[in-house]
Amino acid sequence: MSDNPSLRTPSQRIAWTATIVISTLVFIFLIAPILAIMPLSFSSGSYLTYPLPGLSLRWYDDFINSPRWMNSLKNSMIIGVASTLLSMVLGTLAALGLAQWKSRFKPLVLAFVLSPVVVPGVITAVGLYFFFAPIGLTGSYVGLILAHTALATPFVVITVGATLQSFDTNLARAAASLGASPLEAFRRVILPLILPGLASGALFAFATSFDEVVIVLFMAGPEQRTLPREMFSGIRENISPTITAAAVILTTVSVILLATLEGLRRRNERLKGGG
Amino acid sequence: MTDALLTGANASTDVPLKRRLRRAERTRQVKALALVLPLLVFLLFTFAGPIAGMLWRAIDDREVRQALPQTVAALASWDGKDLPDEKAYAALASDIVAARAAGTIAIAAKRLNYALNGFRTILTSTARNLKTVPEPGTAKETLGKINPAWRERTTWTTIKDAGGPVTGFYLLAALDLTRNVDGAIVAAPPDQAIYRDVFARTFLISLGVTALCLILGFPVAYLLATLPPGRSNLLMIFVLLPFWTSLLVRTCAWIVLLQSNGVVNDSLHWLGIIDAPLRLIYNRFGVCVAMTHVLLPFMILPLYSSMKAISPAYMRAAASLGAPPLTAFLRIYLPQTLPGIGAGSLLVFILALGYYITPALVGGAADQMISYFIALYTTETANWGLASALGAVLLLATILLALVYGKLVQGQQVTGGMKN
Repeated sequence: MSDNPSLRTPSQRIAWTATIVISTLVFIFLIAPILAIMPLSFSSGSYLTYPLPGLSLRWYDDFINSPRWMNSLKNSMIIGVASTLLSMVLGTLAALGLAQWKSRFKPLVLAFVLSPVVVPGVITAVGLYFFFAPIGLTGSYVGLILAHTALATPFVVITVGATLQSFDTNLARAAASLGASPLEAFRRVILPLILPGLASGALFAFATSFDEVVIVLFMAGPEQRTLPREMFSGIRENISPTITAAAVILTTVSVILLATLEGLRRRNERLKGGG
Repeated sequence: MTDALLTGANASTDVPLKRRLRRAERTRQVKALALVLPLLVFLLFTFAGPIAGMLWRAIDDREVRQALPQTVAALASWDGKDLPDEKAYAALASDIVAARAAGTIAIAAKRLNYALNGFRTILTSTARNLKTVPEPGTAKETLGKINPAWRERTTWTTIKDAGGPVTGFYLLAALDLTRNVDGAIVAAPPDQAIYRDVFARTFLISLGVTALCLILGFPVAYLLATLPPGRSNLLMIFVLLPFWTSLLVRTCAWIVLLQSNGVVNDSLHWLGIIDAPLRLIYNRFGVCVAMTHVLLPFMILPLYSSMKAISPAYMRAAASLGAPPLTAFLRIYLPQTLPGIGAGSLLVFILALGYYITPALVGGAADQMISYFIALYTTETANWGLASALGAVLLLATILLALVYGKLVQGQQVTGGMKN
């Protein structure tokens, strides 16, 4: 900060102070709601107000003993893991292909591959609802997994593609010159190096599916309701403390994902710095 | 890989090197494309196909044609100036009797009722009272006696317009337009003209949320870009944690905070600022606050990366040349953040346009955006034509904005994690 030129004159100091004050307020705005909801899940009372009447784990107990909530958690895991695996395969292959492909149509193909991210969820959901209903894929795990895979794959293509961009192709050449077959070079040289990128892609894919609710709203039958879907109807009907317990569980998952991703990023930076 | 090819080419000189290289490159390209192909096929099935299907439904119009085939055929040659001839009446009478037996009359009645309020009653009452196909030459009289609506030109133009197989009806309706009895495009009757308001509201809310995100996000991005990496990385958690937290959790949190006996109202009351709780949720205020919270990271991240790229040397140069801080900021720093401002604003605006979950949960009836109506017509009232037409308009707006966004970021990486 010694280099910060904004601290020379009084007016600059005021501007800098204002930046800090406003930013602090925005940080509070961003974090406070997430922090505020957590203690409520440990309340012994049934009302979502402060001060808490006392502490208890009854709402977590409620969550764990509710077949409805546990089933939704199970569904979220099944659909999340399955669509992550599928999107990893499709997305990694596509990223590898796109890295080598040279054509004037490439931007067009890339735009198409990434478009599920930009198109409003409702439009994708309505389209899938019309398209999947006649072939029996609404109200099925397969339908939801396919839909979530379509939404998640762009993130895999982006993250894996970014890793490939910084990948030194000389290493693959070196492997080939030392007699490795293309498959072996991929498995023993390329794969370990792009693994952090693959892991980030997988985390993004899982998070996308784990948080998705619009498509689930349109396509899931009572059997496939996911955790966000269960929360959606819970919030709509009447917010009970059990929902705040579910929120804490969801947030914990997010924090774990975020921490893992941050760790991967740091590791990557360290490796780059070392090389 | 090219090196290997070169040594190979040296070994045999009968095929020119250039051609061999070109052939090898072509194989490489084919292989590359083969790797992308599975995803393309997959997306065709799970994304492009469904959306194309939705767009098709916006113009598809076969219900009436299927239920009343002879009538549609008979009306094809009708010029629409006077009432149709006896042949059309006879065709309609025989169609109605057949459709009633087949159970398809309700489908046609539903479609015709979209175009002309009360058509359902006309058709079902006629179907009920028409026991058998009338004698030749008496169809016009019989139908007119059962329901006087059959003596009106509008009734018949409605059937002709709905005769399909494609129609602009739903797309016009999505823009509050309709065709009058003479086929000219006119404004829809006031009781059906709600979508321009909905689109205006969607744009207004999105614009407001974008502006709020920019105002709140700019100082934060500036701070993060200016602080030394150690500290800014730490503060980045404040942006990334909400970004990764489930949309439902955040929406739920705002309801808990803003409800009438929520934290905010209680604190204000305790501070003596208010006597009665303020209405902070289930209205426009709640929608804007919650949406701003959800979308703010999408503004901060692109702003941050554009600011990070600005060298502090420019500001120092400006200062050394005698520019006052404000002038230096406005003329040197701000212009360089414009790509970031543009990208962030467009991204937030695009995402806001299609938002469904947050307004559905924290908005009142008067705050619902276009997505709500698309969902409503799909799952509740099953007016799929209109749902698709509204979807088509939203999709068009999104694509246009996304094209501008693509031009703006030009090859820059898209920040991920867009949730809807």
